[in-house]
Order: sequence, then structure tokens, then C-alpha cells
Amino acid sequence: MSPATSRLTTLLKRRETSVALAVIVVIVIATLFNSNFTFGSDGFRNLLLTPSILVLLAIAQAVVVITRNIDLSVSAILGLSAYATGRMFTDWPGAPTILVILLGVLLGTALGIINGLLVSVAKVPALVITLGTLYIYRGIDIAWAGSTRINASDLPRDFTSIGTGSLFGIPWLTVIALVAFAVLAYYLGYSRSGRDLYAIGSNPDAAKLYGLPVARRVFSTFVISGTLSGVAGVMYAARYATVSATAGSGMELDSVAAAVIGGVAIFGGSGTVLGAALGAVLLSTIDRALPTVGIQDFWQQAVVGALIIGAIVLDRVLYVRNQKALARERQTPSGDREGARS
Amino acid sequence: MTRTLEKTTTPEAPSLAHRLRALLFGRSAAIIALLVVVWIIASVSVENFNTPNTLYFLILDVFPVLLIALPMTFIIITGEIDLSVASMVGLSSVTIGALFQAGVPVPVAIVIALIVGLAGGAVNGFLVTTIGLPSLAVTIGSLALYRGIAVGILGTTAITGFPEMFGDLVKDRLFGRGTAIPGILIVFIVLAIIAIVLLHATSIGRSTYAIGLNKEASLFSGIDAGRLKFWFFVASGVVSALAGAFWTLRYDSARGDNAMGLELVVVAAVLVGGVSIFGGRGSLVGVIAGVLVIGALRSALRLADVSSDVINVATGLLLVVSVIVPSIISAVTGFAERRRAAAAAS
Repeated sequence: MSPATSRLTTLLKRRETSVALAVIVVIVIATLFNSNFTFGSDGFRNLLLTPSILVLLAIAQAVVVITRNIDLSVSAILGLSAYATGRMFTDWPGAPTILVILLGVLLGTALGIINGLLVSVAKVPALVITLGTLYIYRGIDIAWAGSTRINASDLPRDFTSIGTGSLFGIPWLTVIALVAFAVLAYYLGYSRSGRDLYAIGSNPDAAKLYGLPVARRVFSTFVISGTLSGVAGVMYAARYATVSATAGSGMELDSVAAAVIGGVAIFGGSGTVLGAALGAVLLSTIDRALPTVGIQDFWQQAVVGALIIGAIVLDRVLYVRNQKALARERQTPSGDREGARS
Repeated sequence: MTRTLEKTTTPEAPSLAHRLRALLFGRSAAIIALLVVVWIIASVSVENFNTPNTLYFLILDVFPVLLIALPMTFIIITGEIDLSVASMVGLSSVTIGALFQAGVPVPVAIVIALIVGLAGGAVNGFLVTTIGLPSLAVTIGSLALYRGIAVGILGTTAITGFPEMFGDLVKDRLFGRGTAIPGILIVFIVLAIIAIVLLHATSIGRSTYAIGLNKEASLFSGIDAGRLKFWFFVASGVVSALAGAFWTLRYDSARGDNAMGLELVVVAAVLVGGVSIFGGRGSLVGVIAGVLVIGALRSALRLADVSSDVINVATGLLLVVSVIVPSIISAVTGFAERRRAAAAAS
């Protein structure tokens, strides 16, 4: 096999490619049913805009899951940050928009720090801790907001314009999600501490013996996750302009689902933020495509469930095939190593 | 036979004093003490807390959690988790509702719902044990799948108007009105006794702990971990479907979104009850006390007119505190022991 074709097959075999293809297939099918899905006045914009918030939560989740942890509180952080942002505008008229945005994001960071401290100090699995903080953060949100909601008229124009405006035809929220994505992709792919996260996820004990600062790195992933969820919360307020206490409820599982569909292994050590982001795009695009193709959107969750199970079964099948190929390669020492590697 | 086996595997039988100490200061004892404390504080400070009526509604409210917590305890002790239970409650509810609407008698509909629960549990069990997938990922998937099917079938419509006798069946009190205990509690008591005997007095129970403590060692000692786990997932599906039948008849409402989020309440209760999420540790008595602690706390706060949101904060705090405190205590005692050992060595 020539290097070029082998590189092509590797690319085709990557999970990110197959998820991206799935996204394209969904878009093409929905567009065939109704051309407005892509070519309507808001079609293209919505294609980019709808996934933006889930993309942020999914890449946040990916960073945590790669270290063999999980953050179930992302949706509650989103909700609390979104409400706090709206509330600052109503309670504090004339506040500089940029300051409010910053404080909204910092609230997410602070909640992430609490998660990180609890997980890395108490040495209790993140699943348990963040299940608890999911209740706590969401409860505080609902207790604070009550049945009141923030309405578009409460928010300054320059803030809501972030949710509706665009830069060279690309919605601002998409730009923000892309920037966050690029930073994280660089961090995980090329920085020393980012690579540490994979080592920690594949084998926490070995990582510790090797001298990696496991507790500090795990702590930092929760801070990253909280901060990104805070950004997602501010974006939520800007986009929908109405924020009630239930904003983002249930999105914690969507974010895990997006990461898993995108090839982030739930037991850590592998996966990319690109995969998680594409998983989020696939989920939100399916969500929007179902009514277009004439399926009631009640069925959306069933499709999501089938996708998650399909994705992890696929992972397993590929893993087993890979192990078999490796075993074969070991039995034939003079074998074509380049060809067997996949 | 099992007796001799036990003798050979435990080098020295624990002394009576040791056992007594474990009983008095063990995790289950701590949960029961917590339950008593919560109960006393609630009785003193919340008006009407210690009345038969409050107790009656408390039991009805925690009944589905009590039921599902039984198989969940087995599953978490083996080191797995089942997040799809609440979705199965919803799917069972919709199954009963749709069949009832089509003219099927309610008891037959319930039996079919239990079969659906069995099938759903078997799917989870198959994916986890035969295919070898992580149960967290599998059951996040089936959480979405089962809920999605339930919501897909009925949409936002609710099916009501079940014959009154079935509602009465799940709500009637034992020994007439004015008393505290709903008759349906007998179903739980029977299941709980079966579960307690199974977990704490049979080789199945010992295998369950062994799998959670050390998977490889349990395999070498000839335990078929896969088969056991498979049946635990099946049991979880069936019991969740049973809880779905209760939910449907109690509220006279079959809806796709029934019991939304209940999986987190069950997992929280099991963890508060002292089961380790790492597996291998915990007892059913602790779990039942854990469910009742959360139930009593929520019921007392509700009676005291605290909003349901603050109640959620309290539930979350209870969960976090209940897992952190033992971990801090063991860290402190471990530190003290290491120091003592170091002092003795020098």
C-alpha cells in the first residue's frame, strides 16, 4: 500500500471522519425533504448556531472524561451562570456589558473550582461528587430564580446582539465556540500538560508513579469544564434572551452522549475534542432534522440513545479487531508492519 | 460445603467483639443513627411530621425508590451502574397506558410491562457482560433510548381513567384508614427479604462482593461474574417496570415522562446508604435506611414549607457530605496509623 492511500484509509477509519460524514448525511437528507433546512433564510445560520452551546459543553466534558472522570454538573453550571448573567443586568442597570459577561463566566469557573477541590481532595469518584453538585447548583439556581424569568426586555441590546449578530456571516456564538474549541484542541494535542491528561486517563497509577501531578491536572480539568459551562451559560442568556431556572436541564447527559458518540472513551485515555464537538453537532442537527423529515421530535431521544449504544458497540468491535490484528502481527515478525497498522 | 469453603478462605474467624464493633460502628449503623437523628429533629421541629398520615405519604413517595434501590445495590456492589431505571419506569408506564387504551385488561398490561422491563434489562445486561461495554456508557445510552421510545409512543399525551380498584389497590392502607402503612409495602417487604437473604446469606451474595472487590481474583475462584451481572441487570429492569406500574396506578396517569430524573435519586440514596461506587462494599440495611433518610428529609422540609428547590440542594449536600466524611475519616485514621507504625518501627 502506498503511503498516500494508507494515509487516506487511516483518515477514513478515524471516528471523527465517520461522525462528520454522518452530519453531512443528516443535512443532505433533511435538505432533500425541505430545502429551507439549509438554503432557507435562516437555514444556514441555524446549522451553525444550534450546536454552538452543546459544543462547548461537549468539549468541556471531553477534557474531563479523558482523565477518566466525569462532570455531571455542567448543565447546572450553565443554568446558574445564565440566570446570574441575566440577573446582573436587571439588578444593576447600567452595568458594563463586558464586566457582566466576565462575571458570568467567572461564576462558572468558581463552581468548577468547587467540583475540582471536592474530587481531588476527597478522592471520591467524580460521578458521585458531580451528581451531588448537579443537585446543589441546580437547586440554588431554582431557589434564586423561583418562578421568575429574565426576559429579553431586561437585557441590554448590545448583549443580546451577541446572540443574534454575526461576524462575516458566521454567528458570534459559533465564533466563540470555535475559539474555545481551537484553544482546547491545541492544549490537548500539543501542550505538555494536555498530553498528561491522556496519560492520567489511560493509567492513573502509572501516571502517578511516573511523577505526573495527577491531582493538580484533574483539578484543572474541572476548572476548565466549569469555565466553559459558564461561557455556555452566558451564551445561552444572549441567544435565547429569556432565562428561567430550568435553563439547560438534562444537557449533562447530552454532553456525555456527544463525547461518547465522538469517540471519547468513557474510561479515559482516548478521544479528541474534535470528535466531541462533531458529536454535539450531530446530536443538535438530528434534533432539528427530525421534524423536517416528518418524524415527530418526540422520537429524538430514542435516536440519541440508539446512536450512543451504536457508537460504543462500534468502539468495542474496532478495538477487538485491532487486538486481533496486533496478535497476527506478532505471530509473523517479518510481516508488512505498515499494512497491519490501522 | 460452603461452610468449609468459608473456613478455608478466611484465615481466622472474626471474634465476637470485632463483629459487635463492626455492627455498632459500621457504615450501616451510622446511616441508621442518621435516620434516627433526622427523624427526631423533624418530629420536634416540624409540625405534623410524626403523624400516621405523613408516614403514609412518605412511604408512598419513596416506594419506587425503595424498590429500585434493591437491584441497584447489587449492581453497584459489583462495580457497575444502571442509569436507565427511571426511563424504564416511564416505558413501563407507557406500555400499560397504551395497552389499556387498546382494551387490554390492566393486569395483563402490567404483566406485559414487566416483560418489557425484563427485555430492557436483558439488553443492558447483554451489552455490559457479553459485549463487555462499560455500564455507565451503556445505560446512559439506554436511558435516552427507553425514555425516547416512551415519549415517542405517547408524545405529551397522558392516559388516565384506569379502573378505580387498581388505584385503591396501591393506595389502600393496611388495617383501615387512620393507620400509617399502605398495603403495597408488603410487596417491598417480600422483595427486600429475598434481596437481603440473597446478598447477605448466600454464595451469590459473597460472589457479588467478590466481583466488586477484585474482578480478576473472583474470576480465578470460578465465579461467573458475567452471568451474575446479567441477571442483576434483568432484575433491575423488571423491578423498574414494577415501579412503573405502581407509579401509573398511584397517579392514575400513564405518561412518557413519568419518573424523569428518578435514576439520580436512586443512585444518591444507595450511595448515602453506604454502598461504595467503587464496588465491593455496602449493605441492604444501610441502603434502605439511606432511602428513608432522603425520604424523611424531603418530606420534613416539604411539610415545613421549604421550596422543592432548596430540598434538592439539601439532597445534594447530603450526598456530597455522606461520601466525603467517610473518606476524610479514613484519610485521617490512615495518617494516624502510619505515624504510629513509623514511631513503632524507629
